[in-house]
Amino acid sequence: MAAAAETTLHRSRRRRRFRDRAFRASTPYALIAPVVAVIGVILAYPLYWLVKLSTEKYGLFELIQHKGVSVGLRNFSSVLHDSVFWRTLLRTVVFTAVNVTLTIVLGMLIALLLARVSTYVRVLLSSGLVLVWSMPVVVAVQVFYWMTNFENGVVNYALTQLHLGDFFHHDWYASTFSQLSLVTVLIVWGALPFVAITLYAGLAQVPRDLVEAAEVDGARPWRVFLDITLPILRPILLILTSLSIIWDFGVFTQPYLLIGQSKITSGNYLMSIYLFEEGYFKSDFGRGAAISILMLLIVAVLSVAYVRKMVRIGEAAL
Amino acid sequence: MSARGRRRRARQAGWNAVGLAVFVVMVFPVFWMISTAFKSNDQIVGLNPTWFPLHPTLSHFREAINKPFFWEDVKNSLIVVSVTVAISIVLAFLAAIALARYKFGGRKLFVVLVIGIQMLPQAGLIIPLYVVLARYHQVNALSGLIVTYMTFVLPFCVWTLRGFLLGIPKELEESAMVDGSTRLGVFLKILLPLMGPGLVATSVFAFITTWNEYIFARVLLNDQSKQTVTVWLSYFLGSSRHTDWGALMAASTLTAIPVVVFFLLVQRRIAFGLTAGAVKG
Repeated sequence: MAAAAETTLHRSRRRRRFRDRAFRASTPYALIAPVVAVIGVILAYPLYWLVKLSTEKYGLFELIQHKGVSVGLRNFSSVLHDSVFWRTLLRTVVFTAVNVTLTIVLGMLIALLLARVSTYVRVLLSSGLVLVWSMPVVVAVQVFYWMTNFENGVVNYALTQLHLGDFFHHDWYASTFSQLSLVTVLIVWGALPFVAITLYAGLAQVPRDLVEAAEVDGARPWRVFLDITLPILRPILLILTSLSIIWDFGVFTQPYLLIGQSKITSGNYLMSIYLFEEGYFKSDFGRGAAISILMLLIVAVLSVAYVRKMVRIGEAAL
Repeated sequence: MSARGRRRRARQAGWNAVGLAVFVVMVFPVFWMISTAFKSNDQIVGLNPTWFPLHPTLSHFREAINKPFFWEDVKNSLIVVSVTVAISIVLAFLAAIALARYKFGGRKLFVVLVIGIQMLPQAGLIIPLYVVLARYHQVNALSGLIVTYMTFVLPFCVWTLRGFLLGIPKELEESAMVDGSTRLGVFLKILLPLMGPGLVATSVFAFITTWNEYIFARVLLNDQSKQTVTVWLSYFLGSSRHTDWGALMAASTLTAIPVVVFFLLVQRRIAFGLTAGAVKG
């Protein structure tokens, strides 16, 4: 009797423990389920459609009919045989390289400057940077447009006053090079605060005594920077660079709004704009889907390093 | 004073001057926006710029808010932003707890998903989203935009909240469990209060991203009364050649104000979200 009661007790305890463990094991899945469900529905379904669309002729007519006409890989071959695509890709790569280089180099210089200046300048400059950082992109575009307009833009006035040449009624929107340079200024201006402040925070990790010891040994500032500061900042620089590459490659709002819809031509396309104009604006969704896939693949390749790094950080934290 | 000390002081003054110059260049566009918004029209179009509006006028602001669709679009923005953020923050908090407190199979895959989505170029998704939402009659509907925004806001919130959760020692919860608290009790009495600031900061940042978003709003909402303020501002100039710079700058200032205020409040807490781990080690 007693023995039987003991086994039942034992069994029920074991069952409870089993249930506890099962509960514990399923908890994380229950917790992530809503997010996975939402992302799955809202993202996976359109991604499935993206692939489907890319193999179809799908324009306004098909959109209304809710039915595309299968064309195999014709959309892809049309894009890949389009010289505009290749020229746009090259332009975007060069554009990205210039923007990223300027952002990282200037950001580094500002970070070093922040470490050098007196406290009141540091407080002032970093507050200014945060203010710039907080500006919405569309607002920034409007302000830049106003500052650079040819009639009474303050930039033309200032450059003329500084004797950098005669900029009276200079039209910054006249050539592709000039347009994209303006976009670069806008993007770099907007990205500098994030980069500079992050790098400045990183500078705090550089051990003071190491730098002082090197200086006592007679190392020049340049050597100290290369041999001590830079290696310590390397992981942060890596992340900032890959983020900047990804962002600048896919940038849309700044060039689209600053250059202005009416002045966008196939001669000044960047990747996102090419996609927007050819796919959405011309309602050629099938071809647009093919361009999207090519673009997503390029960005996926560019993101590998960043995502791997972040996953490692995510794993290490537990 | 020794020659060496003097030289050092001169060098410091030099760095400070460079610092101030950088400050002026960086902040100038913001200053110019606000200053223009308060100037009279002849000061704005004059050949020699007026640096400070000594007799500020509010007429441009009045003009901006009386422009068609301003209030409708502000309302739309507020609806879209608050619904997106409210839903996202609740769902993301749950997922963040899973990431910060549990080891489970597929965890790595989930992290890749959360990070990867944030890297997707938005332009790359406009075509399929437009077509799919059009099929379900969600183009030109705020609900379609909200659903779209959630895809991007959710991963961001998950990752950021995870960072905040890692800052709370696990031992607090464990000792409460030992003392006989239930899981729900631990969550309500310990995790939630401690996460308060993190939840607020994350929501505010999500608010800012959503408020600022342009391309999805531009593509998914065509009707002028159904747009968000960001799109409203982008159409402000229209096609007129006689640009009303004063009103444009007033409208820009108005659009920026909520964002700037919120950003200044949370920047310190959240600035490192994207580089979290790399900066703080």
